[in-house]
Amino acid sequence: MSLSISLAINGRQHDVALNDPRVTLLDLLRERLDLPGTKKGCDRGQCGACTVLVDGRRINSCLALAASMDGAEITTIEGLAEGDELHPVQAAFIEHDAFQCGYCTPGQIMSAVGLIKEGMAGDDPERVRELMSGNICRCGAYQGITEAVLEAGRKAAENAQPQTGNPDTGKDAA
Amino acid sequence: MKPFDYIRPATLAEAVTEAARPGSAYLAGGTNMLDLMKVGAAAPERLVDITRLPGLDAVEWLPDGGVRIGALVRNSDLAYDARFAASFPMVAEALLSGASAQLRNAATVGGNLMQRTRCAYFQDPASACNRRESGSGCDARDGENRMHAVLGFTEHCIAVHASDFCVPLVALGAEVEVESSDGKRTIPIDELHLLPGDTPQMETALRRGELITGVKLPAGAAAFSGHARYLKLRERTSYAFAVVSAAAALQIEDGRIAEARIALGGVAAKPWRAAEAEASLVGIEPSQPAFARAGEIALASAHPSGANAFKIELARRIVTRVLTRALEGTPERMPALPGSPFAARPDKTSGVAHV
Repeated sequence: MSLSISLAINGRQHDVALNDPRVTLLDLLRERLDLPGTKKGCDRGQCGACTVLVDGRRINSCLALAASMDGAEITTIEGLAEGDELHPVQAAFIEHDAFQCGYCTPGQIMSAVGLIKEGMAGDDPERVRELMSGNICRCGAYQGITEAVLEAGRKAAENAQPQTGNPDTGKDAA
Repeated sequence: MKPFDYIRPATLAEAVTEAARPGSAYLAGGTNMLDLMKVGAAAPERLVDITRLPGLDAVEWLPDGGVRIGALVRNSDLAYDARFAASFPMVAEALLSGASAQLRNAATVGGNLMQRTRCAYFQDPASACNRRESGSGCDARDGENRMHAVLGFTEHCIAVHASDFCVPLVALGAEVEVESSDGKRTIPIDELHLLPGDTPQMETALRRGELITGVKLPAGAAAFSGHARYLKLRERTSYAFAVVSAAAALQIEDGRIAEARIALGGVAAKPWRAAEAEASLVGIEPSQPAFARAGEIALASAHPSGANAFKIELARRIVTRVLTRALEGTPERMPALPGSPFAARPDKTSGVAHV
C-alpha cells in the first residue's frame, strides 16, 4: 500500500510516497527527510521534545500520522532562523541560559513560538509556566526557559505595536 | 504498532459506511488513539481519518441560545472561543485544565468524549483487563490502584474515565449527536459512557460505525455562567490527570440557590453527575455546612476499590470547595492555572489561594 502526501516543511514543498501508514510526522521528519532537529523523547505525547508547528499551531509530532498531515504547512526548529540570524526565541534561550543538555530545547523553543503566537500568556510567568507544561526538561532549566519565553514574548508584543514613535521621549521607535 | 489500512473519506456518508466494517476505528486528533496503538492496547485493522470531513469544525449558536459544537473543533479553539467561554465558563476551565497546550491543539471534542481509560493495566497488553479483552480478568484489583474508581465499579473493572471536559458537560445536561448509515440520533451525555457492570468491554452507548458529529449544550446551561467553576486535584500542578475533580454551577436568586449542578471526574468509569447532592441545595441559602452536606451526599455510595479510600474524603472536600468557588462567582479572566486548587486569585495582589 502506498500513500502519496504533499506537505510544506519550513517553506519547502515535499511530495512523499509513504509505503506504510504507520509513519508518524516525527519519524517522517527525522528518518526520511533528514530533519533530525525535532527530537524523539517519550514518543507518547508526554514530554514535548517532538513539538512542531502545523499550520502555525504547536502539536506533538509523535502523535500525528504523517498520512493525516497531507497538505499541511510544518515548521520545525530547522526552519526558524533566517540564515545566520537566530529567531528571537532562539536568541532569548541563549541569552537566558535556558538549557543544559539541550535535548528538549528544540521542542521547548517550538512550543514557545506557538505560545507567543497564541497570545494567552501576556507578561505573567505563571501563565507561561502553565502553558509550557507540555515540555519537560529533565535538567530542570525551567527558570531560564520561563525568563526566555517572557522576554521573547515582550519583544514580539513590542514589534507588533504600531511604529508611531515613543510618547515618553518623542523619538521614533526603533 | 500493528499494520493497518488508512483511508481518508471525503464525505460523512462514506466515513460511516467504511467504519461499519469490523476492525475499523475513527482517527481525529489521534492523541489517544495513536498512543494506544503504539503500546498495543488498540490494534485497529483500518483507520478512518475523519479530519477532512466538512461541516464538523464549527461552534454554532442556535436561535434559542444553545450551542452546537462540531465534533472536530479542537479543544484549544473551543476553550479560547470568547463567547463560548463567557457562556459556559466551567467547560472552558475544564478544557484548559486538561493535557498540555500541544495536545489541546490537536485533540478534538468528539475524541475527548471517546478517550479510553488511563488504567495502566488496560494500557499494558501483558496484563489481564476485562475492558480490553473480555473475560481475561482485572489485574488492577490487586495492583497499583490508588487512582481507580470509588463509585459505580464492579469486580470486573475498577477503571475511571479521565476526561475533564465531560465533567461539566454532564453537569450541564449536554447532548451528543451521532450518525451512522442507519441515520442520526441524540444521546444524553450522561448515557454515553457506560458503567462496567459485568460487560466492561462495552464502554459507550455507540453502535458499530456510529460517529459523534457534535455536542449540544442547551440554552438553559448558560444561565449558570455567573457561578460556575471546575476544580481538579492533580499529583503535579499542571499536565496530569485528575485524582479527583468536580464541576459546580449555581443559580442564585434572592439569596437562595434556585438551581445547582454538580458532577465529579476521576471517580468512576463515567463522568459522575451528583443529582441528589444538587437537589439538597435547591431552595436554601448557600452556606459552608450546606456545601459540606452536598459533598457527603455526592459520595454517599462510594467505597474503595483498592488502596484508594483517600479519594472518597478528597472528593467530598473537592465538592465542597468547588461549590464555594462557584458561589464566589466566575472570575472575569480565566485563572492562570485553570482548575487548580492553587490558582492565583485575580482579586488578590499576591500569592496563591487554597480556596
